Amino acid sequence: MNNRIIMKIGLTLLLTTALIACSQNTPSNRAVYLLIDTSGTYAEELSKAQAILNYLLGTLDSGDSIAAARIDSGSFSEKDIIAKMTFDLRPSMANSQKRQFKSRMDRFVDRIRYGSAHTDITGGVLQAAEYLNETGAGEKYILVFSDLEEDLKRGHIRNFPITLSGIHVVALNVTKLRTDNIDPRDYLNRLAAWQQRVIDGGGDWRVVNDLDRLDTLIAAR
Amino acid sequence: MFSDLLMIWSDQPGISLGIWLVVLITVLYLARLPAHQMLISTGRMVYRFMRSASRAFTKIERQAINRNKEVILAQGREATEKVIEREFTRVSEIVAKDLSRYPVLHRKLSDVIDQLEKDYESSTDTPPLPPEWLSVVQTISELPKQSDPLVSDILENIKEKVGKAHEETLKAYQKATGERHDILASMQPNWRSLSGKMDKAQTAVSISQERAEAIDRHMEMYKAIRDGEDKAARALTASSLTQFFIAGLVLFVAAMGGLINFQLIAMPMSEMVGGSSYIGSLKTSNIAALVIILIEIAMGLFLLESLRITKLFSVIGHMDDKMRKRMMLITFSILFILACIEASLAYMRDLLALDREVLKQSLIGSSVLEAEFRWIPSIGQMVMGFVLPFALSFVAIPLESFIHSSRTVLGVISVAVLRVIAIALRLIGGTANQLCKIAVYLYDMVISVPLAIEKLIRHVIGSRTREPGKQKTEPASAENSKAMYVDETGKKPAKKTARKGRRDTELLDDDLAFGKS
Repeated sequence: MNNRIIMKIGLTLLLTTALIACSQNTPSNRAVYLLIDTSGTYAEELSKAQAILNYLLGTLDSGDSIAAARIDSGSFSEKDIIAKMTFDLRPSMANSQKRQFKSRMDRFVDRIRYGSAHTDITGGVLQAAEYLNETGAGEKYILVFSDLEEDLKRGHIRNFPITLSGIHVVALNVTKLRTDNIDPRDYLNRLAAWQQRVIDGGGDWRVVNDLDRLDTLIAAR
Repeated sequence: MFSDLLMIWSDQPGISLGIWLVVLITVLYLARLPAHQMLISTGRMVYRFMRSASRAFTKIERQAINRNKEVILAQGREATEKVIEREFTRVSEIVAKDLSRYPVLHRKLSDVIDQLEKDYESSTDTPPLPPEWLSVVQTISELPKQSDPLVSDILENIKEKVGKAHEETLKAYQKATGERHDILASMQPNWRSLSGKMDKAQTAVSISQERAEAIDRHMEMYKAIRDGEDKAARALTASSLTQFFIAGLVLFVAAMGGLINFQLIAMPMSEMVGGSSYIGSLKTSNIAALVIILIEIAMGLFLLESLRITKLFSVIGHMDDKMRKRMMLITFSILFILACIEASLAYMRDLLALDREVLKQSLIGSSVLEAEFRWIPSIGQMVMGFVLPFALSFVAIPLESFIHSSRTVLGVISVAVLRVIAIALRLIGGTANQLCKIAVYLYDMVISVPLAIEKLIRHVIGSRTREPGKQKTEPASAENSKAMYVDETGKKPAKKTARKGRRDTELLDDDLAFGKS
């Protein structure tokens, strides 16, 4: 009799566990691609980019992917990727990888002396989308640390639709240019144009200028 | 639509409404008899249906009560048998331990008593008495001094000799008395030994008597259980409820311990099974930690089962001793290994937490401070990781009590639920019946005008056609509506006679029917 009762309780527990397990979808890993504008005077903002990266390293977990790349005159290139990494499933190894990533980023910031002549944001976004799609992550983020003023080199073609389906694009620290102060509509038009482009590409657009509110940047797991 | 229908008789709403009211009341008056029948029969139908359902539930409740009683008495019988068996075992042990040595004790007592008798006899030996010629010496010494020196010398010599003899005799007497005292002193340990042995015998006898009284009490309880007495069943139910709550409390404490254990090993488990792997919505590392804890609890169950402390698995209980000992060894080994794993995981957790903290500090750009006495929490965690699995293994004892007592508690709850349902059904049935009766009166109130006219007409016709000795025709009213139904159907209402020995439920039904006539 006791065995029967125990069996019933065990079966009930098993069924409950199975139902709970099957009732929700598996949470997926995250992939973040940080684009850092190194053109012109924006190169002076790199310390802020470092703070963002440190926040990302503290937030991302085992199995998540992260990449940091610079925006220069021609950004659609693997050479512009400063560091990329998919964290190991073991937390101890992941911590070690985070240290490596940070040291690479620190080295890059130390080496930067002058900004690039032109600003190819679209190329960087294309490169980021390609990387993120390759990771196969459930949540994909492109963080654009730039003033969003694109200045293409002569001959570079970027005025075509870009595919950003399922990617959250977040513009960070979009600084106002001197001309924006004269006519703020330039700034608003610039943001609106990028928003339109991202939404047309199937992505999701957000602007975060207050870097003290980075906790809303990526979804916590 | 409604307004069109309302204004069908006249363009003036008042007139139209009045006509509608007349039509309605006329229709209601004409349909009075079937309407009354319908209302009353509906009320009766609901009432009877609910009463039948209530009786069915009451029957199930009685079955549940009987079953609960059987279960609780069976459990109580089993428990009392075990208690009596244990008491007999204790008595047997007492008899084997103390009373089996009674012949030896008896012999020792006899020896001691014999020795005491001998010593007593020895101590009663008379000491040598002074010789009778001492009186002669006394006489000589009292003689007056003689002038003759020869006689005086002789007498002095005699006196000296006799004095010496007296001293020797006195010494012999004193020696003999001392020997008697020694014999008496040597009797003291024998007396003590005798007293101690008698005390031991008394203790053994009194313990046996206490056990015998306890057995008598348990036997009385067992007899009451065997006879199926309600008092015994109630006592067992109360005891079972107490057990249920105590076992529940201990299980809650154990669950808290399990939670702490889980927290201790969940994070380091991600080093083994990966930190980003999920099964459903749960992290695989968390599930793995949970599984380890559950395995520990299972091993604890098997261990205590092998030790025959609990009796949850009859298969283990029926094993022969050799196999049982093997099982004990295996389960203890697994438990020990798991405890070691937990201790190492707890240590790893500490290392990981430290590493994570260092990384965070470096990310925010602050220098990492080396904390003093960090080894204390590390060792504390390791010890906790080692001890908790063994502590959790004892959860089998309250679990067994909980499972056993939960049968009684569930039975009591099911009986209570069934009783509430039965009472609710009776109440609903009685209320529905009364509501239908009220509806009959309301119906008559609506058509009170035509009823009054009818009464008047009947009165006029009755007064015209009245003959001496003939009964006055009663006007139709709600009070005699039943008589009308009788006239219509041509059947007499069956008089209800009070049945003897009606059941309580029927009395209650009558009460709920609010004066069912």
